[in-house]
Amino acid sequence: MNQFKIWQYSLIASVLFVGVIFALPNIFPSKPALQIALGNSSDEINSNLISNIEKTLNEEGILVDSLELEDNSLTIVLESVDDQLSSRRILSNFSDGDYIIALKSEPSTPKWLREIGAKPLNLGLDLAGGIHFLLEVDTARYSEERLSSEGASLVEEFTKQGFFSSYQSTGDTIDLSFNSETDADSAIKYVNENNFTTSGSKYNVTVDGTNINLQYTDNYLSEIIDYAVEQNLVALRNRVNELGVSEPIVQREGKGRIVVELPGVQDSASAKKIIGKTANLEFRLEARNSDSFLRKEKFQYKNPLQGSAFLEKVIVLSGDNVTNAQSSFDENGRPQVNINLDIEGGRAMQKATTGNIGRRLGVILVEEKTKTFFDEENNVVQESFLEKSIISNATIQAVLGTSFRITGLTGPNEASELALLLRAGALAAPMKFVEEQTIGPTLGKENIDKGVTSIIIGFILVFIFMLLRYRLFGLSANFALICNLILVTSIMSAVGGTLTLPGIAGIVLTVGMAVDANVLIFARISEELKNNIEPQSAIKNGFSKAFSTIMDANITTLIVALILYAIGTGPIKGFAVTLSIGIVTSIFTAILVTRSLVNFIYGYRTISELKI
Amino acid sequence: MMNIPFTKYNTLGLLISSIILLVSITSIFFKGLNYGLDFTGGVSIEIKYKERADLERIRNSISKIEDANFLVLNFGSDENVLVKFQSDEELNINADTVINILDDDDYLGEVVKSETIFPQIGEELRDKGGIAVLVAIFAILIYIIFRFQIKFGYGAIAALIHDVVIILGVFSIFNLNFDLSVLAAILAIVGYSLNDSIVVSDRIRENFLDPNSKGSPDVLINKSLNQVFARTIITSFTTLLVLMALLFAGGAALYNFSLALSLGVVIGSYSSIVIVVGVLLKLNLSNKDMEKPKNEPEESYSLD
Repeated sequence: MNQFKIWQYSLIASVLFVGVIFALPNIFPSKPALQIALGNSSDEINSNLISNIEKTLNEEGILVDSLELEDNSLTIVLESVDDQLSSRRILSNFSDGDYIIALKSEPSTPKWLREIGAKPLNLGLDLAGGIHFLLEVDTARYSEERLSSEGASLVEEFTKQGFFSSYQSTGDTIDLSFNSETDADSAIKYVNENNFTTSGSKYNVTVDGTNINLQYTDNYLSEIIDYAVEQNLVALRNRVNELGVSEPIVQREGKGRIVVELPGVQDSASAKKIIGKTANLEFRLEARNSDSFLRKEKFQYKNPLQGSAFLEKVIVLSGDNVTNAQSSFDENGRPQVNINLDIEGGRAMQKATTGNIGRRLGVILVEEKTKTFFDEENNVVQESFLEKSIISNATIQAVLGTSFRITGLTGPNEASELALLLRAGALAAPMKFVEEQTIGPTLGKENIDKGVTSIIIGFILVFIFMLLRYRLFGLSANFALICNLILVTSIMSAVGGTLTLPGIAGIVLTVGMAVDANVLIFARISEELKNNIEPQSAIKNGFSKAFSTIMDANITTLIVALILYAIGTGPIKGFAVTLSIGIVTSIFTAILVTRSLVNFIYGYRTISELKI
Repeated sequence: MMNIPFTKYNTLGLLISSIILLVSITSIFFKGLNYGLDFTGGVSIEIKYKERADLERIRNSISKIEDANFLVLNFGSDENVLVKFQSDEELNINADTVINILDDDDYLGEVVKSETIFPQIGEELRDKGGIAVLVAIFAILIYIIFRFQIKFGYGAIAALIHDVVIILGVFSIFNLNFDLSVLAAILAIVGYSLNDSIVVSDRIRENFLDPNSKGSPDVLINKSLNQVFARTIITSFTTLLVLMALLFAGGAALYNFSLALSLGVVIGSYSSIVIVVGVLLKLNLSNKDMEKPKNEPEESYSLD
């Protein structure tokens, strides 16, 4: 009766086999490497720089394993961690260029494994070393500024319609005062007419005689904040990509925070500069040939092939006025970028384009950059400067308002890149760093070594104990435990999960739970035997009687793990992930794998006496 | 099978627990917890020097920065230095300030780790942690009411609160650093303590429902405890084996975590026997409570 059917054995075996395959990449040691990326994505790493780097390192007696250029970032694989650290030191003084050096470990996964998509675990910052930033979007300031600029536009509109008003904005409210109640009534009418958005009304309007109070509705407020944070996220992703670090994380956390994690990067100051830099956009009309040099300015195109152009000195509007930009196709299937401006921007655009049809309107990307150089006394000096370059210079076809489009682009790639630059060029809302963590490479290495060593010691102790206490049954339990570890590793690796120190702790707790399941089963079997049940039935009853207890215990722990995942941040999430995966795999291994082994050992013979 | 008169000594157990709880609560209330940087916000920098670090020299350099109270001390060994301080609201003085000033004075070792945390983040984290525990407790209560019966729910929750409060108490009394990893450990203990409570509750229910087992609730509960006792000890012991390995070989980063978890395992096993059973006895658990048995998955479970 304690026999599995062939398909049951083979199903369990194939699950384990797949597990082993996907866990396999983790046993190939990874090699220490450096990754070099240029801070400015428009520059290119040329072969000159590469051969220079190789020469310099060789002169210092450092053996370069391999050099690989991919996507404008250079990976230098080295022999040892010592070499890696000293190369970083040497190369950081090497050039006056604006580039970022990240420590990296280059996996040596064999090709056939990579081809089926198996890859080693990502290591969290606490294990790999690197920088962690938490940025907070100043949502209060953002909504206040937005509301107050809308107040100004309303007053302008009312003045145009012939009823004078004044306004005052305090925090989240604007107060509009009018001379008479008739004026106030017309104003309310106007506001109510414009009080619609796709998700309901925009303002809460309260009237007090000749005064009107406007406040954003909660719905609208959370909508614009959501939009601002998402837009900042896009901008940050862009900037982080510019850093060229492998496996960076840019993630929204909660309502108004963004986490940035840069594995391997050690230079927090320069990373902070690139991430925290303030970029902006300027819209300017192209200068006429007749304009004097006092009125125009020469700018380079972002794409160096396009050369340069003269634009007027007057700025029509800035990136703050851009509320959205999307690439799409026009009715003839040609790529275009649709741009939306806020009311203020729309008005400025209308004013600037009226009477200027046929002229060009240029869009300039303003970036804050830093350059590093040596002064006369050979000290390293860092200086920040603004770099302005033209990202678009299109002919005005009509008088433009709050929404218009840029056409005549060479292809969909250019369109989506321009839309991205328009959206991401400026941060929608101001941000500040609220948390910063730098973990040195030696600490990360130490954490790994110690974490792994202690897990191995823990396992060995448990193995010995289980063998001594439960003999053949203990052997089955130990085998199940190893399977559990392999399955957790393979699932984590396959889904691209990140292993952190708390994650290791989660695995340890899972080991405890898995052992518990087997102990419960074995205790039941031994009870059955004491009640003089014959051995085969005792084994069967032991497994089935312990089942509901095991499920209850694991489900409640799984509930806890899921709550931790939902509520927790960073390290707690890491713990919750391994714990959840571990619980699910341990139910499989502790019940099915142990059972199949026990069946295999005892199921095909008559047992006269069973001791447990 | 063992025959230990657990229920007889239950009152004694409850008394001991009450005293420990009282001491813990007093300490948490009056002395508070020694919150780590994760929760208070501030700056901490670990620097490793090639030889014995000159703390005075570091203090002298740093004293050039105004308006901050710096703590400079050795950490682990006399080559490792920990610089800790609270910064202003805007974090104008941060880890970079200190690192730069040491670099200027030509006395900067290898920066092993640096952390700058905005005070407000820390507060939020503390609140969130508390909420996580409360939500977890609530969700579990619902599950147990659904699967068992409300009296078991009270027992499990009482045991859980008992365990968490005592661990917090130990951290408060011995002034141990309460950081994010300890919070994670406490949440894990919530899971572990439950595991134990459920195993005990499951057995008690089984014996109450079994038509062959006769006796007063007291006798049945005692029988159940004796049946699961061996399992409780063995499971705790094996989990402790792994935790001890983490505690002694896992390094500084895992020390507080494994300490809290080890304590939790021991207290969790104890509370499943004393607190859960204590509550069930005080609530006069009887056969009547079991009259509406929930679906038993084992009846439909067959593997062979």
